[in-house]
Amino acid sequence: MLLKSVHVVDPAAGRNGRFDLLIDAGRVSRIGRDLPAGDARVVELPASCIVTPGLIDIHVHLREPGQEHKETIATGTASAVAGGFTAVACMPNTDPINDNASVTQFIMKRAADVGVARVYPIGAVSLGSKGEQLTEIGDLRAAGCVAITDDGRPVSTALLMRRALEYASMFKMPVINHCEDPSLKGDGVAHEGPVAAMLGLKGIPGASESVMVERDVSIAELTGGHVHVAHMSARQSLRAVRAGKDRGIRVTAEVTPHHFVLTDEALARHGGYDTNTKMNPPLREEADRAAMIDGLRDGSIDVIATDHAPHHADEKALEFDRAPFGIVGLETAVSLCFDRLVHAGVIGVPRLVELLSTNPARVLGLPGGTLAEGAPADISILAPDASVTVRAAALRSKSKNTPFDGWTLKGGVAATIVGGRIVYSNTDLVTL
Amino acid sequence: MTTATTLRHRNLLGIRDLEAGEIDLILETAFAMKEVVARPIKKVPTLRGRTVVNLFFEPSTRTRMSFELAEKRLSADTLGMTTAGSSVVKGETLGDTARTIEAMAPDMIVMRHASSGAPHQLARVCRASIINAGDGTHEHPTQALLDAFTIREHKGTLAGLRVAIIGDLIHSRVLRSNVWLLTKMGASVTACAPATLMPPGLRELGVTVTHHIDEAVTGADVIMMLRVQHERMHGLFLPSAREYFTYFGLTPARMERAAPEAIVMHPGPMNRGVEIDSDVADGPWSVILDQVANGVAVRMAVLYLLAGGEGEN
Repeated sequence: MLLKSVHVVDPAAGRNGRFDLLIDAGRVSRIGRDLPAGDARVVELPASCIVTPGLIDIHVHLREPGQEHKETIATGTASAVAGGFTAVACMPNTDPINDNASVTQFIMKRAADVGVARVYPIGAVSLGSKGEQLTEIGDLRAAGCVAITDDGRPVSTALLMRRALEYASMFKMPVINHCEDPSLKGDGVAHEGPVAAMLGLKGIPGASESVMVERDVSIAELTGGHVHVAHMSARQSLRAVRAGKDRGIRVTAEVTPHHFVLTDEALARHGGYDTNTKMNPPLREEADRAAMIDGLRDGSIDVIATDHAPHHADEKALEFDRAPFGIVGLETAVSLCFDRLVHAGVIGVPRLVELLSTNPARVLGLPGGTLAEGAPADISILAPDASVTVRAAALRSKSKNTPFDGWTLKGGVAATIVGGRIVYSNTDLVTL
Repeated sequence: MTTATTLRHRNLLGIRDLEAGEIDLILETAFAMKEVVARPIKKVPTLRGRTVVNLFFEPSTRTRMSFELAEKRLSADTLGMTTAGSSVVKGETLGDTARTIEAMAPDMIVMRHASSGAPHQLARVCRASIINAGDGTHEHPTQALLDAFTIREHKGTLAGLRVAIIGDLIHSRVLRSNVWLLTKMGASVTACAPATLMPPGLRELGVTVTHHIDEAVTGADVIMMLRVQHERMHGLFLPSAREYFTYFGLTPARMERAAPEAIVMHPGPMNRGVEIDSDVADGPWSVILDQVANGVAVRMAVLYLLAGGEGEN
């Protein structure tokens, strides 16, 4: 396939302009101007489309094994490619937990059999994510894990974090942490502040996150290891990350679209208590949302990840304080990013590609994140000006728990190519 | 403020949703209902043929009895369901519970639930009018209405009064409903609690916040004492009941700082010797039993108005 004179945005290779892109045997075989097609099929795209290295979501819950009523590797990766993602890294809080090589191998095998996007498993830091004993991290790495985390739970103690960072460094893996002090979180269900107070919902203060970010930055400094802060939400945490980066400490951070788009005010809307506004970390107040925007703009936030957390409708149909935390995110991320970041003038398209592709690949040490010659032909074709209306019922994900149902946004996904194969295309936008 | 002629709402989920004119309408209607309750035969046919379900997911004695009495005095057919814990305990979603009740086609559902917002969630799937009889730590609208009714009985008005609300405020739905009601009706509210039991955001609603009971009581026309549950007395909220009473208990000596003719209220059940001295609870200031009696009239008014009320939500 020869993508003819298409607008390529690839910050890793320093490209932002019109190029021909020749794809052969699942790889980018040549990129340049006026390439001969040879016997390759020539594909042209609408002028407004942008071709980027495949987007990578490094924080996804695929739920398989064990919670297949919420999501499977098949439906989760179908959701990913419909959202423009060519690869996902999946969290270990499955059932059983991905704390040993046999679970990792199962995920790898299922992904090879039924996955339409690339799947990179993330292993547990501790057995059962119980915070007591290290997993066989080398074994996990050998089986295919790209990082370790006890996501869903914080890495329980400073000592465990120290040992995990030291040990994982040998295998060049980051430790991803769901930073949250359990005692400060308590049984909170919403951001602590006036909104939750007047809704009668127990609060989770921003400091419950930042105290652990500060701890982890200190331990990263102590060990020289790489700590990655998952789904950062509080402005105090951003300060800690910035301070760490300024001192040259190996700390990176991700933020979700919902934390830079929504605030806790969403909990009071539409009659209130919509359980699709319940996630952990919670939607925070405007000052936090604005801080996340600043961090995206100034580079102190490295990655946008969705924390795609599918839950069955029956589970979400509980009382607000009983319903599970989390929303799906794979199929709304690109539209939210274009609408709220690019078209809102916060960042340009190259920076967006860094946040969604270049940096995710760097943080986890993944192949991809660039369309340089020889790179895997994982390509996202985005339509920045397309008008997209989110329809929860139409999501590819098995679960429909999104707070964005009915939202009309500017920017969408035209097509997704994994390993040179077209795995998704929106026929309203492109013909491939 | 002009008294409304109807409620714009199908449900009574919280005071927050009401306008001052609607609150006034409920209170005016309650005065008429209180006249009914004073008759030898305390029953009117207003709700004959209507069905009211009392759905209590949390133990309640006084609120449930008060609603039942109000329903019976309006001649409604009533049935009750009391179940410990949430729908989850029974392995049923709130949505399923709602649809089950809905299938019996009641006209109104009076709902008490330990989870904030449960009545709001029920209201999204039910055609029946929902009356919130207390949801978690969110709202308890009929309690605030009966408090307002009792204040009006004694003071003639709410506007311009100085009201102190003292106790475990962070866990109190009565606080939240009263803050909305009193500020909408022009009273000035002072909230007093230990820093560990004070919800954020009250100042933004125009409430004066203090941690010193003497400040709260000074010049107050109305003092509302709220219950401090025993489980808060040990552990991280408070060091002890003894210390709580020392710094936050309402005593006759402290009442001397209040305005002349000040009244003392408590939604019950009281912890004598913890938040309130018995000499105050049983003293000349106390209107606590008036609150209980007025609860029936106020709930009759709410049932009556919602049965006849039309409009959105």
